[in-house]
Amino acid sequence: MLAVCFVTLYPMWFVFVNSLNSPEQALLGTTNWLPKEWSLASYRVVFDDRNLMNGFFISTMRTLIGTSTHVLFTAIVAYGMNKTHLIGRKVYMKIALITMLFSGGLIPTFLLMVKLGLYNHFLVFIIPGLYTFFNMVIFMSFFRTIPDNLEEAARVDGASDYGVLFRIVLPNSKAVLATISLFSAVYHWNDYYQGVIYIRSQELLPLQTILYKIIAENSMTFMQQQAMEQFGARLPSNSIKFASMMVATLPILLVYPFIQRYLVKGVMIGAIKG
Amino acid sequence: MSKTGRIKAFVKQWQLQSMVIPGIVWMFIFCYIPMFWLIIAFMDYNIAKPMLESPFVGLKHFEEFLADERFWRSIRNTLGMSTIKLVLGFPIPILFALLLNEIRQVRFKRTVQTISYLPHFIAWTIFGGITLNWLGEGGVVNQLMMGLGLQDREILYISDPKYFWWIVYFSDTLKETGWSAIIYIAAISGIDPALYEAAEIDGASRWQRMWHITIQGIRPTIAILFILAVSGLLGSNFDQIFMLKNNMNLKMAESLDLYIYNMGLVSGRHSFSTAVLFARSIVALALLLLANQASKRLTGEGIF
Repeated sequence: MLAVCFVTLYPMWFVFVNSLNSPEQALLGTTNWLPKEWSLASYRVVFDDRNLMNGFFISTMRTLIGTSTHVLFTAIVAYGMNKTHLIGRKVYMKIALITMLFSGGLIPTFLLMVKLGLYNHFLVFIIPGLYTFFNMVIFMSFFRTIPDNLEEAARVDGASDYGVLFRIVLPNSKAVLATISLFSAVYHWNDYYQGVIYIRSQELLPLQTILYKIIAENSMTFMQQQAMEQFGARLPSNSIKFASMMVATLPILLVYPFIQRYLVKGVMIGAIKG
Repeated sequence: MSKTGRIKAFVKQWQLQSMVIPGIVWMFIFCYIPMFWLIIAFMDYNIAKPMLESPFVGLKHFEEFLADERFWRSIRNTLGMSTIKLVLGFPIPILFALLLNEIRQVRFKRTVQTISYLPHFIAWTIFGGITLNWLGEGGVVNQLMMGLGLQDREILYISDPKYFWWIVYFSDTLKETGWSAIIYIAAISGIDPALYEAAEIDGASRWQRMWHITIQGIRPTIAILFILAVSGLLGSNFDQIFMLKNNMNLKMAESLDLYIYNMGLVSGRHSFSTAVLFARSIVALALLLLANQASKRLTGEGIF
C-alpha cells in the first residue's frame, strides 16, 4: 500500500523538483529526488511568457463560464423533466435517452461546429458542453429526494416554477451542485483536445493545449525561445517544461484535498444510477 | 382531453416548458444533427456546399476503407491495446479494492484511497509529459533498468513502435487504478457485515471470506463493468494516445480513433472517415448487445 502511495505521488514530486532545477542543470538531464541546483528561473520564464499566461487566462475563463453555465442549464432542464405533469415528458425523455445510445461522432460534430461558426471561437468551449444526459440524471435523482412539502409550501405562497427552483430546490441541493461543478471544472481545466481540434488562433488556446504543443510537439513559445537563446539550448529546456506543467497542475493539487470527498460522492451517485 | 384543452394546459405550464425545451433544442442541434450528418458517409461531401447538394456515391467509401491497409492496421492496434487493457488491466482495480478492504486501520485506508485517486485528476498532458520524459534518453525507466542490470544500454522506448502498446497499458494503469477501484470499494462497503461475522464463527479463513463473501458480493458490479469494457473494445483513450504518439511509433500507435481523426481532420477526407465512424458505431452496438447477452447467460447480470 505504501508502494501504491509512492507510485502515485512520485510523478508529481518528479515534476516539482525538476521545475525547481536550474535551467543550466536541466540541460544535463533530469533529477530524480532533489534539484541539483535550486532555482526559480524557470518559473520566471513561465510567468513572463505572454502566450502561456494568456492560455492560463483562457483556461480560467473557460472553467468559470463553462462550469457555471453547464450546471445551471442542466439543472434547469432536469428540474422540468422531473415534473410528472409536464406535457410531453415521455417524448422528451425518449429524445434525451437516444442521445445517450447514439452519437454522430467526431467528423459530423466537427462539421457542425464549422457551420455554426463555433470553429476557432471561444464559445466552442461553452455551448457544446452546456448539457450532458448523465449529469441531468444525477440532478433528477437528487431533486427527487427533496421533500415535496417544501415545494408545496412555496407554491401556496404564490411562487412560480422558477421561484421554486431558485429559492427552494437549488439552495437545498448544494451537495450535488458542488459535485457536478467540480467534475465539470476539472474537465474544463484539463481538456486539451478541444483546443487542438477547434482552435487555430494562438490567443484562444487554453493552457493545456499550449502544454500539449510544448511537450508532445516540442514547439516553443516566444519567451521560451528567448530563454533558450539565453541558456543556449536547442529544445525547450526541461526545467521550463516542468515549470509550466507545475503551473497547469497547481490549481488542481491545491484544491484536491478539500474537494476529493465530493468527487467520490459524485461517482457513487453515478455508479448507482448507471 | 380535447385538443384545445391540451393546448391550454400546455400554455398554462409555459414556465415548466421553457425549462425543458431549450434542452431539447440543444439536443437536436448538438446530437441529432451530427447523427443525421452521418449520411455523408454515403456521399462525396464537400464542406463548401450545402450537404444535400453533394452526390450520393453509395458504399464507395466503405469499399475504400475496407481495402485500406492502414485501416486494418488501426483495427489491429485498437484491438491489441484494448485486449491488453481488458485482460491484464481489468482485474487490477478489483485486486486493489480487495487489498484496501483488508486494511483494518481506517485512517491509513482513507489516506491511501485519497492519494490513489489523485492521478485521475491530473491532465493527460501532464501525465503524458512525465511518461515521455521517463521513457526518454537518460530517463527514469532507463536508469532503473540499467541499475537492475536488466538492459545494458539505453533503449529509446517511445520511438520504438514495439513498446507502444505496453506504454499505453502501464501509464493507464498508473493513472487510473485508484479511481477505477472506487466502484468496487463502494460495492464492497454495501456487503452486509453480518455475513462476515457468520463466516468467522463458522471458522472461515481470511482468504475464504474474501473469496466467498467479498467477491461473490461484488460479482454484479464486476459483470456490468465487464460488459462496458467489452463494448468499448473498439474505442481507445484518445487523450492518452494523442499525447504519446509520434511519427516514429505511429505504426503501432494509430488506433481507430486516431485513424478517423487523421483521415478526417488532418487529410480532410470527411466522407471517408465518416464511413469508418458509421461502421464502427454499428459494430460497437453489436458488441454491447453481445457482451450483455453473454454476461446474462454466465452470471445472470446484464445492463438491459
